[in-house]
Amino acid sequence: MKEIEVNTTTINFGPQHPAAHGVLRLVVELDGEVVERAEPHIGLLHRGTEKLIEYKTYLQAVPYFDRLDYVSPMCQEHAFALATEKLLGIEVPQRAQYIRVIFAEITRLLNHLLNIPAYAADIGAVTPFLWCFEEREKLLQFHEAVSGARFHAAYFRPGGVHQDMPEGMEEKLGKHFETLPKFIDDLESLLTNNRILRQRSVDIGVISKDEAIEWGCTGPVLRSAGVPWDLRRSQPYDAYDKVEFEIAVGKKGDCFDRYLVRIEEMRQSISIIQQCLKQIKSGEISVIDNKITPPKRSEMKHSMESLIHHFKLFTEGYRVPEGETYNAVEAPKGEFGVFLVSDGSSKPYRCKIRAPGFAHLQTLDFLSQGHLMADIAAILGSLDIVFGEIDR
Amino acid sequence: MLEELNKIKELNLITDNKIFYSAFFLKEHLTKLVNELKNNETLSFNQLIDITAIDHPSKEKRFELVYILLSMKKNKRVVLKTHLEENDNIDSLTEIFQASNWYERECYDLFGIKFNNHPDLRRIMTDYNFEGFPLRKDFPLTGHTEVRYDDVEKKVVYEPVKLTQEYRDFDYTSPWEGMKKGIDDHSEQE
Repeated sequence: MKEIEVNTTTINFGPQHPAAHGVLRLVVELDGEVVERAEPHIGLLHRGTEKLIEYKTYLQAVPYFDRLDYVSPMCQEHAFALATEKLLGIEVPQRAQYIRVIFAEITRLLNHLLNIPAYAADIGAVTPFLWCFEEREKLLQFHEAVSGARFHAAYFRPGGVHQDMPEGMEEKLGKHFETLPKFIDDLESLLTNNRILRQRSVDIGVISKDEAIEWGCTGPVLRSAGVPWDLRRSQPYDAYDKVEFEIAVGKKGDCFDRYLVRIEEMRQSISIIQQCLKQIKSGEISVIDNKITPPKRSEMKHSMESLIHHFKLFTEGYRVPEGETYNAVEAPKGEFGVFLVSDGSSKPYRCKIRAPGFAHLQTLDFLSQGHLMADIAAILGSLDIVFGEIDR
Repeated sequence: MLEELNKIKELNLITDNKIFYSAFFLKEHLTKLVNELKNNETLSFNQLIDITAIDHPSKEKRFELVYILLSMKKNKRVVLKTHLEENDNIDSLTEIFQASNWYERECYDLFGIKFNNHPDLRRIMTDYNFEGFPLRKDFPLTGHTEVRYDDVEKKVVYEPVKLTQEYRDFDYTSPWEGMKKGIDDHSEQE
């Protein structure tokens, strides 16, 4: 009898690899071309965000959230703002709530407009990438118009939003989102029935309902497995309970379903924004308590009181009552949560950030077993991995 | 729902925070408790959202270990907390929730809390060969080592942190307490 030698090859994928979506080092054990084990090594982008936040005031902590998942900045500020507001015991005015929902949805569009073509590019389709970047640029102009920055907006602040939308913005938004559905149709015509895309993604990286829940999956990954779970619906925050939308649910939980869920989510986002634009009324954009939000600049010019408030807010910051809370939002990638502990001072005692991508990347080993090496790129792309939030 | 939770005798001090319930437990009861919460049909906390810790160096039991669970059926969260001493171990949840694998590794990496029976308890966030536990309150913000590329040796070298200027921690808190509530109520002060 001949002895059969089992030969597995171990290869190193990344940390500098275009399909790794950032700095992921994967140690892959291969039997021929079949993956036996894929072990992610993360932490190459670890910047100690949680530690840094402990040394900053609540307001200074906001910009760190932009830099976590840097393709969907505003949704993360949203989670932090909600958590701080919960501890402060304040409620944001109506207009601010609507503005937040509008921009959270624009952020979701931005995220999916990057993820979908990046996924497509990973498995061979290059054209959508450039198309989507053009659309992203148009949306980023709205970010820029309200906050002055395309990405690192620091726009959602505890207590409301930083400043009101400029004049004529609502009409501009309305006009833009009339044309965007057409673009998504065009995008779909390139991808959904594309034979190569289907061959590379149908039945690849399948995860069942129970497995998805067990592994802590949230967002599009969980929904693609057939669980209709969306925090915007089940635990609504801000103005999400005043708009109607459908939750896109997949059937099989493979890469193709995850792609389809994201496409449908973009359509729903557009509808949410349009509803918000109809309902939004003029009014205050942040709580009028000068102990939490800074006074208007015009007031500062002639009121001593306002000047003192401004100075104290931007040096010492506001004190947050002792307590702890966990607040989560439905970020484009899944459940993004902030566990915030306050000791009564003006700096958070502990701020734990729950990143959806962290749980998703953990499933990679399980999802890729038995698939080909080339499928790892497809699975990674479909999980929507961004290292800013995973490594924190 | 609160009644159901009250029936579980391992849980102490249950409070309702509107968005979530929070409760304390003893570390010996962890696996039994989580099993009960997961498999109880009325509660069915089927998803482990996160595991984290809070460091209170001045307390005798310095770590507060926090488990956040979600019940999709009841649309409720529960935050479970327990106290640990510096060298205490706690059971791993990997047999109940697969997701806890990385969460526990992260806790070990950043706080130094050890989990019994964890299949692969290695560092996850920090650099290879890193020493110390960064999220402990006694770990300095700047860390202990820094890296740079050495042109002579042609490789990245590790050196103790050299700060060109002292870490500046401005204390803006004013000694003035400001107006306290009830200051107009002179009868109380006199």
